[in-house]
Amino acid sequence: MNEVAIAVNNGVNVEALLGAREALTEAPEAAKFVWKASSEWKGGTHTQSNVEKFFGLGEEQKHVREYVYDTDHPEIFASADKGSTPVEFVLVGLAGCLTAGIAAVAQNREIQLNSVTATIEADMDIQGILGIDSDVRNGFDSIKVNYQIDADASEDDIAALVAQSQKRSAVFDIITNPTNVHVEVNK
Amino acid sequence: MTKVRHIRLRPAATIDVVVIGAGHAGLAVSHLLSEQAIEHVVLERGEVANTWRHERWDSLKLLTPNWQTQLPGYHYAGNDPDGFMGMSDVVQFIQNYAAFTRAPVRTNTRVTSVRRNQTGYSVATTRETWQAKCVVIASGACNIAQVPAIASNVPDNVSQLTPHQYHSPAQIQGGGVLVVGASASGMQLADELLKAGHAVTIAVGEHVRMPRSYRGKDIMFWMDRCGVLGERYDEVEDISRGRRLPSAQLVGSHGKRLLDLNSLTDQGARITGRLVGFNNGIAQFSGSLRNVCALADLKMTRLLKTIDEQITGVRDIPPPERFEDTRVEESPTLSVNLKNDAINTIIWATGFRPDYSWLDVPVLDRKGQLRHDGGVVESPGLYVLGLPLMRRRKSSFIFGIEDDARDISGHLTRYLKSNIRSDAHELYQHHSC
Repeated sequence: MNEVAIAVNNGVNVEALLGAREALTEAPEAAKFVWKASSEWKGGTHTQSNVEKFFGLGEEQKHVREYVYDTDHPEIFASADKGSTPVEFVLVGLAGCLTAGIAAVAQNREIQLNSVTATIEADMDIQGILGIDSDVRNGFDSIKVNYQIDADASEDDIAALVAQSQKRSAVFDIITNPTNVHVEVNK
Repeated sequence: MTKVRHIRLRPAATIDVVVIGAGHAGLAVSHLLSEQAIEHVVLERGEVANTWRHERWDSLKLLTPNWQTQLPGYHYAGNDPDGFMGMSDVVQFIQNYAAFTRAPVRTNTRVTSVRRNQTGYSVATTRETWQAKCVVIASGACNIAQVPAIASNVPDNVSQLTPHQYHSPAQIQGGGVLVVGASASGMQLADELLKAGHAVTIAVGEHVRMPRSYRGKDIMFWMDRCGVLGERYDEVEDISRGRRLPSAQLVGSHGKRLLDLNSLTDQGARITGRLVGFNNGIAQFSGSLRNVCALADLKMTRLLKTIDEQITGVRDIPPPERFEDTRVEESPTLSVNLKNDAINTIIWATGFRPDYSWLDVPVLDRKGQLRHDGGVVESPGLYVLGLPLMRRRKSSFIFGIEDDARDISGHLTRYLKSNIRSDAHELYQHHSC
């Protein structure tokens, strides 16, 4: 009897990722990337930011095109609401990073994903940013992510995908661990 | 008493093999070399089982039960097979083994350098210099307690200790203790300090959760039987990760089923995420605690499932069981003011690494680890023993050394024979010129 193996396809080129991992283990310098964005104030609380170039594998790199993002504040803050708030962008980054990770890990573990959706909620007490109470921090108190995943795998294996994705996620790390931030002016 | 033989004491004595370290690994390979009548010496910086004598805390017991504790040609013969050896028992066991095997040990002989030369290796010691065709490094995997760079930001009035410096709760001043790391060392020390009445905070990164016993047997029994401990290094999917894995949360004790985070929480410990730094006397922790616990819970369940699946035919054993998931607070602590919380001591249970400062052969990678293929180092005639997952998952356990030592002594024996043949070949060529 012939068994027909149906190839798992989540659209992630795992061979290329594993190849890159091997190559970069031998050449760790090439693994040093620099991510870049530029931004311009448009008036009010509206800012437009652009993403196109980055540095990696020892040279300047480019996305296939330039991406433009607007950030603003909602009307209840007396703003024009020309884009999502910057804090929502952080959630967008987290969702994008974790979900990409889930797809890559699933591909590597040969698990077919049928659908992956997530809702993210972040609690924030805005007494912090308004300077009302110095004991309240500016940022999120906590972030809750709820994944709904339909995949050809057991409940535990699906949970393991999500756990492994968090373990390897850049944005998860950026949010959960401190980072030094250097801001300079007119230099 | 250890007996000394085959040793000619003159400068640069030549010998086939120098074994560095008279712990369980060095003595095991020595015994196998003796069986093959291969001339060798075991150089020991201190006494036999030196590390077990001087670099372990007082209450430590082996993580493997007595029945499992064995070395080539030698096994536990006491009347408590299910017990766990304390350090003095381990020292006695290894010392008895040295006597039993009549190992050619040179004690109080610290190796100061190993260099490669035309005929093999020059091994300089604090006493004499040896010229050997082969060298087996059996000097241990835990010579140096690793302390992260952030330790330099700890306030001056807080004492800092590594597990090598820790002996017992008696040496810890009053007040709170921050234990950094949740491997076997961190968990055991946190448990001991809680019982001694200290307020304990434990910072938890990736960890390996495991019950001491399962379905009526010690977990090591099942892991051995199911082939987990025998899994070979060249079959493991991600070997570098496998070798970095922290030790499982186990303690050598009958009474204690689970030495897990829940058991520490029950005793009043505060569980935080991985320690990420200090800022003006405030310790900061990662917000990833929930995930590292989820990973450990899932992996433990996977191990128990593997055991269940492989022992379906075994009769008269209790049914499968599952353990409560790790309880993580709704909002785990992200920062702790050491002064306000009266934390006067930090224990760095953040892993160990071998010391190769004496090794003058270019075989270390950029992380300072030996480049080797299952213990066969990237320099002909140079071998290593006793590193985590060196050839098998059990490589770092006492009972795990036998298979590795047999493989390594086999490789070494073939190397010596081929070396002799090539010497003869060279000699012949010289003659024909």
